[in-house]
Amino acid sequence: MRQPKIIVVGGGLAGLMATIRVAEAGVPVDLFSIVPVKRSHSVCAQGGINAAKNQKGEGDTTWKHFDDTIYGGDFLANQPLVKRMCEAAPGIIDLLDRMGVMFNRTPEGLLDYRRFGGTLYHRTAFAGATTGQQLLYALDEQVRRFEAEDRVKKYEGQTFLSAVIDEAGVCRGICAMDLRSMEVKTYPADAVIFCTGGVGAIFGRSTNSVVCTGSAQSALFQQGLDYANGEFIQVHPTAIPGEDKLRLMSESARGEGGRVWVPRNPNDARDGKNVPESERFYFLEEWYPKYGNLVPRDIATRAIHRIVFQEKLGIRGQAAVYLDVSHIPRETLDRKLEGILEIYQKFLGVDPREEPMKVFPGMHYTMGGLWVNGEDQATNVPGIFAAGECEYQYHGANRLGANSLVSCIFGGMLAGPAAVKYARSLEIGAEGASASIFEKERKRQEEKNQTLIAANGTENPMTIWRELGETMTEHVTVTRINKDLAAAEAKIRELQERHNKMNLSDRSKWSNQTLNFARELGNMIVLARVITLGALARNESRGAHYKPDFPDRDDANWLKTTRAKWVGGEVQFTYEPVDISQIPPRARRYDAAK
Amino acid sequence: MAETKQVIVRVKRQVSPQGTGYWEEFALPWRPAMNVIICLRDIAENPVTREGKKTTPISYDSNCLEEVCGSCAMVINGRARMACSALVDKLEQPIRLEPMSKFPVVRDLAVDRQFMFESLKRVKAWIPVDGTYDLGEGPRMAPETQEKAYPLSRCITCGSCLEVCPQVNAGSKFIGAAIISQVRLFNMHPTGAMHAKERIAALMEPGGVQDCANAQNCVKACPKEIPLTESIAEMNRAAWKQALLGWLVG
Repeated sequence: MRQPKIIVVGGGLAGLMATIRVAEAGVPVDLFSIVPVKRSHSVCAQGGINAAKNQKGEGDTTWKHFDDTIYGGDFLANQPLVKRMCEAAPGIIDLLDRMGVMFNRTPEGLLDYRRFGGTLYHRTAFAGATTGQQLLYALDEQVRRFEAEDRVKKYEGQTFLSAVIDEAGVCRGICAMDLRSMEVKTYPADAVIFCTGGVGAIFGRSTNSVVCTGSAQSALFQQGLDYANGEFIQVHPTAIPGEDKLRLMSESARGEGGRVWVPRNPNDARDGKNVPESERFYFLEEWYPKYGNLVPRDIATRAIHRIVFQEKLGIRGQAAVYLDVSHIPRETLDRKLEGILEIYQKFLGVDPREEPMKVFPGMHYTMGGLWVNGEDQATNVPGIFAAGECEYQYHGANRLGANSLVSCIFGGMLAGPAAVKYARSLEIGAEGASASIFEKERKRQEEKNQTLIAANGTENPMTIWRELGETMTEHVTVTRINKDLAAAEAKIRELQERHNKMNLSDRSKWSNQTLNFARELGNMIVLARVITLGALARNESRGAHYKPDFPDRDDANWLKTTRAKWVGGEVQFTYEPVDISQIPPRARRYDAAK
Repeated sequence: MAETKQVIVRVKRQVSPQGTGYWEEFALPWRPAMNVIICLRDIAENPVTREGKKTTPISYDSNCLEEVCGSCAMVINGRARMACSALVDKLEQPIRLEPMSKFPVVRDLAVDRQFMFESLKRVKAWIPVDGTYDLGEGPRMAPETQEKAYPLSRCITCGSCLEVCPQVNAGSKFIGAAIISQVRLFNMHPTGAMHAKERIAALMEPGGVQDCANAQNCVKACPKEIPLTESIAEMNRAAWKQALLGWLVG
C-alpha cells in the first residue's frame, strides 16, 4: 500500500494533537511552525479546561456542558459536533492526566475542578493559572518522542505562504518560507491540516501572541477556502491594558471568588483597597444575581463598557474597573492563581494579593474561522483540514471560558484520523501531481517577495498595522454601528492601497522580519474586511456581536452561519442554516437561572 | 512645552551568523509603561539611529509578551532576562541590548536555541503513554507531589540559566540546569518514574549533571524562579546512586 504523507501547519494544542494522531496511525508527519512549537500561543491559556466529570457531586453531565456551550454561544453553533466534543471532554482530561499534566489535586489525589463563566458547575480542571502552558508542554513532549523516533519531522522557523492546489481544485501540498534563509519552497503532501490559531494582530493590541495574525487563514481564504462567522470576535472582560499587548487576567480569578467592582463615586481618590465595602458597586453581582461575576464574557464585557462609557463610573474617570482577589487567602491565591498574579505584579509593580487589579476588556479570541464541515474538520477544498481557533465550528456567537482548550484538542483528534483516511483513499497522491503546479506556486510567492522588496513607496508596515488595529478596535469590537462599520471598511481599503506603496526599511535576504511582517500584514488587511463586512451585514445582536440599533437576537432572519468567499478581490457572503437538531433555541439571559 | 523625555537604547547588532558584532544607538520618545519590546517596535517603525543614520529594524525573537513562551530572552544591561518584562523605567540608561552569548546568533538579538530542544530529546523528557485512546484516568497524585512538581513544569526553555552558567562554553557539552530540572520533573511523576533510570543514565553521559560546578548562577537568573540548584543536587545524588549501585538496585 502507498504510504501517504501529511503536513500539519501550526504547533499549538490543535496542531500537536493532530500530529500525534497521525503519527499514531503510522503515517509520517511534517510539522510546520513559525516558532519552536513549545512557544506557540496555546501557552498563554490560563484558567483551565472544561469537562463534565461531576467530581463535586453537583449532578453535572456532558449534556449540561453541551447545553451551557450552545446557550453561551447564543445558538449559533451547529449542535451535533459540539455535543460530541462535550461527550469526549472527560476522556480528554484523562488523557492529559496520563501524559503528566500537573493538574491541581484534591486531598484524595484526584483532579480538582473550579468554576468558570457561563456555568453553575465546577467543571474546569486546571494547573495553577498556567493550564495552557502545561497542556501545550504535555503534547509537545509526546511529539518530541515521535520526533526522536523519526515519525515526525519538524520544520520550525518556517512560515506558511500558500497551499499548492492543482487544476482539479485538490490540495497537493504547501508553499512555505524559511524565516532565516528566506528561501521559498514547496512541500508535497496528500493532506494538510491547518491549526494556525487566532487573529489578534488584526486588532493591533490583543491578548494574543505576536504570531496570531490570521495570515495563514487569510491566504487560504484568498485561494478559495470559505471563512465562516468572521464577525464574531470575543473581547475578554479582564485584561491589563498595555501598549504592546493586552495581558489577560484569567476568568479563573473570578472562578476562585474574584469580584469586579467600581467605587460608587467615580471621583473617589482613595486607593481601591481603602474604599469601604458600602461604597463599592459590585455591578455584575447586582445586575446578574444568578451568575454574578461568572456571566459569559460578552455579557461581562458589555457591562464594563456600560459602567465606563454610559454610567461614567470608571475608576477616577478612566477606562478601568477593579478585579479584586485581595479578600482571598494568600495561600489559596498562590496555589491556584500564582501564574496570573505574577504577571500583574511583574508588569505593573503592584501585588494583587494586597490591592485590587485595574482591568479593562481586550480583544481575545475569534469564534469565526475557516469553514469546516460538521463531521471531520474538512474544509471546502479537498485535502485541506482545519482545527483549533482557526476554524469556526464549536463556539457559536460567544465562546465559554475553558472551552477553547478542549475544542483545540478535540478538533485535532478528529482532524488527524480524518486526514489519514482521506490520504489513504486517494488513488493518486501528491507524488503523482504534476511538478508544474508546485513550481508555479513557488514562483507566485517568490514574485510577491520581490514586489515587496522592490516597492519604492513611502509607507512603513508598522504604521499601516497600527492604523489597522486602531480602526478595528474602535469600530469592530464591543459595540457595532453600521455607519462606523462602513467607515472602517473604507479605511481598510485605504490601508490596502497604502500596502501597495510600501518602502521596506530592510531589503536583506537573511532573516528579514520586516519582509515577513509586510506579507502577513497584507493578509491581515483582507481578513479585516471579512470581519468588518460580516459585522456590517448582520443586523441583529447575538453573543459577542452587539448592535445597539438592532438590540435583539433575530432568529427569523439571522439564525444562520455566515459564509464568506473571496471572489475577484471582493468578499461575498452566503448564509446557511444552523443545525439546531438537539436543543431548540430559547431566549438567552443570565440574570436568572436558565 | 515640556522637554520630551528620551529613552536611549544601545543595540549590539550582527547581520548574520558569520557577521561580526557592532553597536547602534537609538533615541526614542519615552512613554509610560514602556518595555524593551516597545522600544524595538518603535525602532522598527522609524529605523534611524541617534546620529540620524538610516538603518534596518532589529531582528529579535518574541511571541507571548507575558513571559510564558520563553522567546524574547536577551542580555539587557548585562543580565540575561526576558525583554517583555524588562520595564524601561526600571532600567539604567543607556539600555544595552545584546544577544545571548551561549547560543549561535541568527541575526541581531535573535539566537538559535535548538540545543535545548535536542537536549530534551536526549534525556527523554516525556511520559511514555501507550497511546491516546481511552485508557481511563491517570495515576492518583498527592497534592504535595503536585505542588512540588508544578513549579518545575513552568520552565519556558528561555536559556537564561545556560547564558549565566560558567560551565556552558565553547569547550563544553554541558546540558544546563533547565534540562536537568526537567529530568527531575519526569522522574517525580508516577508513570515517568518507571523510566527514571533511562533519564538518569542520559544525565550521566558527557555534558551531564556531573559537569555542574555549583556556581549557582542559574537559580538567580531563572525568570520563573524554578529551584534549579535543588533539582541539580537531587539529580546528582540520583546519578551517584545509579553509578554506585548499578541498574539492578536503587
